[in-house]
Amino acid sequence: MKPIFGPGPSLQLRLLLAVVVSICLILTDANVGAFAKVRLYLHSAVSPLQYLANMPRQMMDSMSDQVMTRSQLQQQVAALRQRELLSRAEQLTMESLTKENERLRALLGSPLRRDNRKMVAEIMAVDSDPFSHQVVIDKGSLDGVYEGQPVINDLGVVGQVHSVGSTTSRVLLISDASHGVPVRVLRNDIRAIAHGSGELNRLDIPHLPRSTDIQEGDLLVTSGLGGRFPEGYPVATITFYEYQEGKPYADVQAQPVVALERLRYLLLVWPESSRQ
Amino acid sequence: MKIANSRSVVSASLFIALLLTIIPLPLGVDAYRPDWLLLCLVYWTIALPHRVNVGVAFTVGLILDLLLGSTLGVRALAMSIVVYLAASNFTRLRNFSVWQQAMVIGLLAAVSKLVVFWAEYLVNVVHMPENYFHSIITSVVVWPWVFLLLRKLRRQWKVT
Repeated sequence: MKPIFGPGPSLQLRLLLAVVVSICLILTDANVGAFAKVRLYLHSAVSPLQYLANMPRQMMDSMSDQVMTRSQLQQQVAALRQRELLSRAEQLTMESLTKENERLRALLGSPLRRDNRKMVAEIMAVDSDPFSHQVVIDKGSLDGVYEGQPVINDLGVVGQVHSVGSTTSRVLLISDASHGVPVRVLRNDIRAIAHGSGELNRLDIPHLPRSTDIQEGDLLVTSGLGGRFPEGYPVATITFYEYQEGKPYADVQAQPVVALERLRYLLLVWPESSRQ
Repeated sequence: MKIANSRSVVSASLFIALLLTIIPLPLGVDAYRPDWLLLCLVYWTIALPHRVNVGVAFTVGLILDLLLGSTLGVRALAMSIVVYLAASNFTRLRNFSVWQQAMVIGLLAAVSKLVVFWAEYLVNVVHMPENYFHSIITSVVVWPWVFLLLRKLRRQWKVT
């Protein structure tokens, strides 16, 4: 007959040890900023597992690419050619508009806006914690990604980089309950802060007095305040506005312009001012 | 030789359970994902309590925390507590029928989910999703099959 637990500390002692260590870990991780450095290494250590979990979908993708028919491909190419033609035509006027804008800004004495460096990142098919809205992307500190970096896609703001590993990083979506992004209403430049609600398709805009001129359908764009998100990217549209007598603030809700539940490709932005 | 063999079987099954936990599922099905890691850990705890207990649970929970990007230590805490409960009652659990065991698994899964939520609630702004506890049901339903599969593995590879 084998001894049940063999040598070593008793079961109760082990549990006590595990509980103490994990509570210490939880507290340091939540409160000590310097712990992010440790996280980077740990995060890098487990990223092979994430790549492994991502593999089935990658295989499916490449398979569906393989079995595409010739006519499908031809159709796609034709559609893309047309789109490229259109966007080129738009760019023609864009160039002169940019010049004009620059001249006007110079006249007004406001700082010139520069193009930001961007990089495409793909979302890895990896699941996350049910309490926070995060996605994992396939770029990390080796690509120059840094914590707090703004992330957008072709429609608007998606979120910001939350923690970085060497080859993967986590992006906190704007709908996360702990996320807030400074915005302004495109129509009349009213400033506000859009808080995540914990639901993927809703942002809350708290602390707006009832006299604020805001209505359903207004587009919110980043205001550039706070210095984290570059100015002018669309964030959300107002879907709900209500004021109840007696309450100090109006109840305003907005829907993100990006469909946060079906993201695929993202753009990492390096704003001019905070290049690292 | 034998020890190396049994270690590799246990760790391989835990590894696969980890992968199953982070493989993405469609949004609607995601809430019903069984708690694979908990099932696997509890099986090995009942079967080989001298080999798999609190220490292993803590380590694996920590890895899961890293993979899911939650506050570090939350799942390590939950897994340690659950495995402690299983390990301190392993003789009783072994003698239960599979369906009785499944009920116990349901309780353990509920404990782990509650601990995770409380720990997150203490340090972060979190909202409990409405379907947060639904996965307990799937864990209970899946247990007999996990049990049979792992038992077959254990007997085939003579894991002790």
